[in-house]
Amino acid sequence: MRDKIEIPKSGFNFDNYRRNAFLEKQGLSLPKPIKTGTTIVGLLFKDGVILGADTRSTNGTIVANKNCEKIHYLAPNMYCAGAGTAADTEQATSMISSQLELHRLATGRQARVITAVTIYQGHMGAALIIGGYDISGPGLFNVHPHGSTDKLPFMAMGSGSLAAMSILESRWTKDLERDDAIELAKDAIEAGIFNDLGSGSNVDINIIEKDKVEVLRNYAKPNERAVKEQSYKYKRGATAYLKEYVREFIVTEGDAMDIS
Amino acid sequence: MAVEFQGGVVIGADTRTTLGSYVSNRVTDKLTPIHDKIYCCRSGSAADTQFIADLVRYYMQMYAVQHNEPPSVRTAAALFQELCYQNKDYLLAGIIVAGWDKHNGGTIYNIPIGGSLHRQPFTIGGSGSSFIYGYCDANFKKNMTQEEAVEFVKNAVTLAMSRDGSSGGCVRIAIINEDGVEMHFFPGNQLSVFYEGEDTAS
Repeated sequence: MRDKIEIPKSGFNFDNYRRNAFLEKQGLSLPKPIKTGTTIVGLLFKDGVILGADTRSTNGTIVANKNCEKIHYLAPNMYCAGAGTAADTEQATSMISSQLELHRLATGRQARVITAVTIYQGHMGAALIIGGYDISGPGLFNVHPHGSTDKLPFMAMGSGSLAAMSILESRWTKDLERDDAIELAKDAIEAGIFNDLGSGSNVDINIIEKDKVEVLRNYAKPNERAVKEQSYKYKRGATAYLKEYVREFIVTEGDAMDIS
Repeated sequence: MAVEFQGGVVIGADTRTTLGSYVSNRVTDKLTPIHDKIYCCRSGSAADTQFIADLVRYYMQMYAVQHNEPPSVRTAAALFQELCYQNKDYLLAGIIVAGWDKHNGGTIYNIPIGGSLHRQPFTIGGSGSSFIYGYCDANFKKNMTQEEAVEFVKNAVTLAMSRDGSSGGCVRIAIINEDGVEMHFFPGNQLSVFYEGEDTAS
């Protein structure tokens, strides 16, 4: 008799692993996950944290989305940039965000960045840069797909991370001014956009300071499509035709459906 | 690595975390606090060791509250061993537990991959340790002073860093004794330079 209340098990839910293994044995090939390719950066400046990301989402060698959003909301004072499998970063960040909200309601306090970092346990293909401003000041952490975390003053992740890191290593200093820091983040992302095939399109920037968040979606658009040089439309009548056959598809009232 | 000296222990580590051949963090802190006077040196998978250290830290906090006294280094080491041995198929973690407690003074326990427990007066671990077994065996002395122990650890880690590709960056050291913990940081460009070959251009 079911009179015991089911308390949800803590930790990652592995139920789907067995289902997937079973399906694979049956011969079903698992869908290839869409990766985000990606260049994401995070850096500390004098008054807070800046997160930057490109906007290209890839499916193999095809660009699936030319302007996707890779910087996700976690809490009013915390945002997260995600690299890796697109579905995993979406789900991981929405899971972290909902857990943070429950935690905030339970404790009655502003969420801390370190709390968000410890919620993600790995087991998914998501590499995250979590940045925020809490009671202990600005916080910047990254989480790798297996769950290891780093605390650094500047970081880059994704396929374009090496290009972005080279810009950050040469120009980051302690206590950067707000405008210099934004330029640095933009240049780091642009290094990824132009030198990494998995990253491209536009630059998104998020600036998180004490009690203030500025979301600059498409802060830089270095890849806008040029205006076409001429109109490539064909005039009516350009293609000659031999036969014309018109069929009325609009059914007027009273016509019965042919069910023979 | 960790070394016992008169009155405590000195622990040290390099600061490099790698993802294949890319250095994902060049200023990592591999000396992780487990309790007020118990630290662990982490090697192997960063994700595995961070998780295990967090778990042991939680249990040590509970122990301290329940017993109204700080746990011994041996207790922390035994718990690390339990986690590492029982989950040996899923983990890649080499951990050195070192600290100071009232009844035993400075103590060191090495828990290599596989989950065995070894109490030793000094111990080294990690990929770079292979290169410094000779140096350590030749230069270790029992009952060193604090200064001697710090020099020993700093030199040994520096030598390992210069030979092992997976080790590098800077050197972090912690001195744990009755009075508490003292952390030190030595930037990579301020470390001693040992033999690095001849300059062939002249």
